[in-house]
Amino acid sequence: MSAIYTMGIDIGSTASKSVILKDGKEIVSKAVIDVGAGTSGPKRVIEEVTKEAGLSREEISFILATGYGRNSLLEWADHQMSELSCHAKGANYLFPNVRTVIDIGGQDAKVLKVGPNGVLSNFVMNDKCAAGTGRFLDVMAKILEVKVSELEGLSAQSTEDVSISSTCTVFAESEVISQLAKGVHKNDIIKGIHRSVAGRVGGLAKRVGIEDDLVMTGGVALNGGVVKAMEEALNHEIKTSPLTQYAGAIGAALFAYKKYEGVNKK
Amino acid sequence: MSEAINKPAEEKKAAKYVLREVVEREVYQAAWDAKKRGEPVGWSSSKFPSEITEALGLNLVYPENQAAAIGAKHGGERMCEHAEAMGFDNDICAYARINLAYAAGHEAEEKPMPQPDFVLCCNNICNCMTKWYENLARMHNIPLIMIDVPYANTKEPDQNKIDYIRGQFDDAIKQLEKIAGRKMDMEKFEEACSNANRAAKAWLKVCSYLQYTPAPFAGFDLFNHMADIVTARAKKATALAFEQLADELEENVKTGKSTWKYDENHRIMFEGIPCWPQLGKLFKPLKERGINTTAVVYAPAFGFEYNNMDELMAAYCKAPNSVCIEKGVEWRETICKENNVDGILVHYNRSCKPWSGYMPEMERRFRKDLGVAVAGFDGDQADPRNFSEEQYNTRVEGLFEVMQANKAAKEGGNK
Ligand code: SF4
Repeated sequence: MSAIYTMGIDIGSTASKSVILKDGKEIVSKAVIDVGAGTSGPKRVIEEVTKEAGLSREEISFILATGYGRNSLLEWADHQMSELSCHAKGANYLFPNVRTVIDIGGQDAKVLKVGPNGVLSNFVMNDKCAAGTGRFLDVMAKILEVKVSELEGLSAQSTEDVSISSTCTVFAESEVISQLAKGVHKNDIIKGIHRSVAGRVGGLAKRVGIEDDLVMTGGVALNGGVVKAMEEALNHEIKTSPLTQYAGAIGAALFAYKKYEGVNKK
Repeated sequence: MSEAINKPAEEKKAAKYVLREVVEREVYQAAWDAKKRGEPVGWSSSKFPSEITEALGLNLVYPENQAAAIGAKHGGERMCEHAEAMGFDNDICAYARINLAYAAGHEAEEKPMPQPDFVLCCNNICNCMTKWYENLARMHNIPLIMIDVPYANTKEPDQNKIDYIRGQFDDAIKQLEKIAGRKMDMEKFEEACSNANRAAKAWLKVCSYLQYTPAPFAGFDLFNHMADIVTARAKKATALAFEQLADELEENVKTGKSTWKYDENHRIMFEGIPCWPQLGKLFKPLKERGINTTAVVYAPAFGFEYNNMDELMAAYCKAPNSVCIEKGVEWRETICKENNVDGILVHYNRSCKPWSGYMPEMERRFRKDLGVAVAGFDGDQADPRNFSEEQYNTRVEGLFEVMQANKAAKEGGNK
């Protein structure tokens, strides 16, 4: 029997991610493009992931799109699902015992309760504002004139506690500017920013209740500074994976496999 | 053949049209006519004892209803901006902002109504009302008649509270008699109370039909009929129209018909006031997934029955967002159980601070006590700036997926 390939595409607000799975198990290729919905990102990520796998569209049995920009792929995908279920499923692939997922994306922060087999059983999301999301970190990095990828390393060098009391992106921006003007060290401010995100999202997590294993997914989980601050805020160990950014796309590819199986069993 | 036999039978208008006409004719047109005759017209908060004004023959119009209509017709943002320019903060309830802008002379073609000669405020709903109506009275230099209902921190109002409200009730009658220029006719008062009770009874009957599976109507329909129960509950025409609606729905139950035209895969409770400017957007992802709203907190809250004066006072103490939390939880969880919901969609209404304020705890209780899927979203009853369609869609989709997973688990398989 020849292999079954399924593709998951996760179009977020700031990045496009895609994964191709073989027989619903093995990741054969993955790609990320650092622009998301409404850009060339979705198209480029599909090109890249198929090229890396050496496959054509016809060789992929089922494609499932998720994420904020999933609607833009209506013609391309066979099905679509919310990023909530996909992240739960993807986290379960990476950590089979996962029960709680904290996913911080570009414009949403969510805490998911996950049942056996990665079934989404409950969730809480942030409110309309960007507080506690990846967008918040982007804005802060810009004011501090550093790259988002540098935030972790810089915060690790912090020597003093600085509190950023505003969670609102706009207010926090002026708060950070005034701290800079006062001569407070950048590294300490960054650590304060990480704690601010952790406080905000940690509050959401407490609302649904935390159970083991607690896993962080989404692009922001690549920033160990935020993960550490979150562990401190929740007083709880958090697991992450180098594949964390792909959790949604992996989940989507797994669901694609299930859908394919469902259709072909009938 | 005689002529009479040949004449086509006059088709009976459906209750939903009759109800709409009652509000237009008996509330708004009646108020314009009274104004033309030189009679005083009042503005009233939604849960003020209108039985008094009805008995005195005074006409009232309703700022909250007007603001909802302006919001639904997409005038909310414009009016809110006027109010903000007048100094009313963006954090204040959008109904208040829209109406204060209108009171200040900013026109709203979406739902015009005559300016007030007196204002009636019962703060059973919230305390924002108090300041809102004080501002109206000051702007127009007109009398403000206030019935103060202290916040409910017990499940039922005690006798002291009822006596306290009764004192103000008697005083309100005296003040209104002065405005009307006549004494209150007790017979008319009793008639108004009886109409209000009849309307409430029929309205609650209408709401109760959502217990049937599948439901004989779309729960969102209730929002459309709310105008009558809020603005015209003491009128006979309202009672008749609601009785007709109840009959129509009973017929639907018998014949298996429904105004809900989609599959009923899932049933949810909708918590809070809908986002009037985005009704279509609220409805879309629900109907696409066959999710019918079979429980609504806001609608039955306006159907209160009473047998005597003390019970009338007690009925005016309760509003869905200002009852003590234990009562609020009990109230909602009962309709969730009775109406067989498998999910709850919670509107965090940025306008209504009292309502949104106790929602996180309410939401926690729903999850814990009912074990059903719950999702919350950010929105606003009349200010469109506080709603994001994409975020809403994701939350509804998540709610749907959890309901699907729960259903699959119940059916024994992991589909
Ligand atoms: S919507 Fe809420 S804040 Fe506004 S008047 Fe009604 S109860 Fe008060």
